[in-house]
Amino acid sequence: MPDVQTPNSEQQRHWRLVVEAVVSRHRKRPEQLLQILIEIQEELTWLPLRVVTEIARQLNVSRARVEGVVGFYTFLHARPNGRYRVLFSDNIIDRMLGSRAMMDEMCRKLWLQPGKTSEDGLVSIGPTSCTGMGDQGPAILVNGLTVTKLTHQRVNLISELIRKNTPLDQWPQDLFAVDDNIHRKDILLNASITHGEAMRAALAKGPDGMMEEMKKSKLRGRGGAGFTTAQKWEFCRKAPVDPELGRVVVCNADEGEPGTFKDRLLLTRYADLVFEGMTLAAYAIGAKQGFLYLRGEYRYLRQHLEEVLASRRAKGLLGRSILSQPGFDFDIEIHMGAGAYVCGEETALLESLEGKRGTPRIRPPFPVTHGYLGRPTSVNNVETLASACLIATQGGDAFAKVGTAQSSGTKLLSISGDCAQPGIYEFPFGVKISDVLEACGATDVQAVQVGGASGVTLAPSEFGRRIAFEDVPTAGAFMIFDSGRDMFEVASNFVHFFTHESCGFCTPCRVGTSLLCGYLDKLSQGYGSKPDLAEIEVLNRVLKSASHCGLGQAAANPILDGLKKFRPAYEKRMLHQDFEPAFNLDAALERARQITGRDDKGAHISEEHA
Amino acid sequence: MSQTFTLDGQEIAFEPGQSILAAARDAGIYIPHLCWHPDFPAHGSCKLCVVKVGGRHVSSCATPAAAGLEVESNTPEIREERKVLLQMLFVEGNHFCPSCEKSGQCELQAQAYDHEVMTPHYTLFYPDRPVDASHPDILLDFNRCIFCELCVRASRDMDGKSIFALTERGIHKHLAVNAESGRLADTNIDPADKAANICPVGVILHKRHGFSVPIGQRKYDETPISVQGLPKKETV
Repeated sequence: MPDVQTPNSEQQRHWRLVVEAVVSRHRKRPEQLLQILIEIQEELTWLPLRVVTEIARQLNVSRARVEGVVGFYTFLHARPNGRYRVLFSDNIIDRMLGSRAMMDEMCRKLWLQPGKTSEDGLVSIGPTSCTGMGDQGPAILVNGLTVTKLTHQRVNLISELIRKNTPLDQWPQDLFAVDDNIHRKDILLNASITHGEAMRAALAKGPDGMMEEMKKSKLRGRGGAGFTTAQKWEFCRKAPVDPELGRVVVCNADEGEPGTFKDRLLLTRYADLVFEGMTLAAYAIGAKQGFLYLRGEYRYLRQHLEEVLASRRAKGLLGRSILSQPGFDFDIEIHMGAGAYVCGEETALLESLEGKRGTPRIRPPFPVTHGYLGRPTSVNNVETLASACLIATQGGDAFAKVGTAQSSGTKLLSISGDCAQPGIYEFPFGVKISDVLEACGATDVQAVQVGGASGVTLAPSEFGRRIAFEDVPTAGAFMIFDSGRDMFEVASNFVHFFTHESCGFCTPCRVGTSLLCGYLDKLSQGYGSKPDLAEIEVLNRVLKSASHCGLGQAAANPILDGLKKFRPAYEKRMLHQDFEPAFNLDAALERARQITGRDDKGAHISEEHA
Repeated sequence: MSQTFTLDGQEIAFEPGQSILAAARDAGIYIPHLCWHPDFPAHGSCKLCVVKVGGRHVSSCATPAAAGLEVESNTPEIREERKVLLQMLFVEGNHFCPSCEKSGQCELQAQAYDHEVMTPHYTLFYPDRPVDASHPDILLDFNRCIFCELCVRASRDMDGKSIFALTERGIHKHLAVNAESGRLADTNIDPADKAANICPVGVILHKRHGFSVPIGQRKYDETPISVQGLPKKETV
């Protein structure tokens, strides 16, 4: 087999030309590094050593830095990949719908192992973090494009298309259809799509007037943390700034929380509302530059979003002198993520926007004063920005009348799991969990995971609680588990997710999540013992108290809740009261038996010996 | 004139903008740390300098001191957390202290002494991390890396070379050197570079300088890091 890393001069020339074209399209700006890597990989399917060197040379940055960025993002590949790259969404919801069996089935049909590339370089298959299709899973990504509602028939069909080397654009288009699944609309989803109406209302009020409405609205960030949006904008607009550069508005569309997909809908059907919300924010805080940071899993939405942006530019709603207002210049650029959940954390997102590894920054300073390239930056959730349009058109007071005193407005819930109608539900804040369950047709419910893997696990005794920042806060995920589900498996899936997504910056999260997985695996393999639970509790405490960002702090939540509320699921795995090692002595001898060709009684350790 | 906060009940004066860790250090009180270094801005990755302020855990290297703060550092709770963090650093790498050239001068080992880490406690990960002996003067033994990034920062910010960077993610994170071959010999590192002399553990070693000080007479063999880590004027 030829050494793929040192190809012939013809291929090297091709690589150099590809790098040159992409790097110059991005005007050799190092902060575009992640975008450059993504685009080069789209052409070459992977990023060879020589290509990495060439990119570093042309951008005039250290090669090691480029290598570090390639290594950080799971969708960037430093090794050759299949011409077809199939990734199975591995959230617990996809698993409940049979994703693991389907992945094994596809691997069998195409003669390869999960996580590997086939010998002929045709195809690679593996798992990936939740792709945001919980309402229509199991879902996969094929060369970055979303395929939903996988069935046995679809697995067959896709395997056949791959085996026949059929180009993706000749695949049946219905494979790539993504449903909206809206089941309940309220003020936001009933809003008429705005082509400048919200902006005109804001212009009539002026920036100060718009800020007044925002304050009256009491709008809080929809990403989960619930920081008051008006306050964030106020800090940002008051932060000193170089007038040439201006402030920055970032729309966080890195919707990576397992079980969340409400931003997918907003970006699909309400993109104008989102972009107009960004423009409102820019008007209020005095920003010139805007970014939409789109998670890599939603790449299929990019073209649509670019088209919406183009049409808004054509209508004078973006660009120079917006709505003929002299000096009101603002435009929006789409930046792609590349498979890193941690980039949903706002400072990690900013690092990623600057073309770096997505490691959360030390705060202070906060992004509102030192954000993108050190400029004052307001990072807001997709839903928050869309809601700002309602406030501009209907006024802050009207908005604050909906919801509860501390949580104004409505919340989009992404409902998945064991219910009759998974999909998007918009409820006013303050809605009871039991009412949500009734609306989506869920019965025999054992637990609800609100807020995704990092959220809370609620038991039936808590279904009288309400969705609100003051009670059960959420970024929108709402996963339902009926009495047939094993809550240990649920928690274990989430902890493995956090371990995979840990950026590795701080000690407790980098090592602690791996150690937690070790204990959970030990339990699930039947070696669990009482002392293990005590160890898990120590790790939980250290993760919570010492982790650098919310990922590590939340990583233990699923087990903490599980041990508190679903202890039997853990205790039934506690086969031993005293210490028990994590391995089976007899099984550990298997390799030696294979090598020596022995399988007699003497080659085994019997129960009494062990 | 100067403002104060309390650290384990003791009044500590600080300059505006100073971190809790730096102010305490100037006052002669050592807060354990590995990734913090007086010549660099706070990094905040090792988390060994964790303290409790008003019931919340924070990194003392990255938290500005403020008047009236009540900081807890040397308490059984915090010491226990630091011990767990040290054990984590031991099990994720391959640390064989008795045969390590850095033994007695290693900050990880010194912190472990101070925190009475008698065993690794957790299951060892035994990661596969080949050494890089390609360079004529410098050996890289990645098995001992604690990801403090001091070499990364020193090379980038002081030497102006960016010879080191981190790559991959999570528990797979590791150091990379600035060469297509991945070999240190193919970089322009110099043994006199700051980056070649800053490693707090035994990753970056100078060849032909083995055991020049006998074990037992080394830096931390007699005086603990909690004393050595204070500014020089305090130690004499």
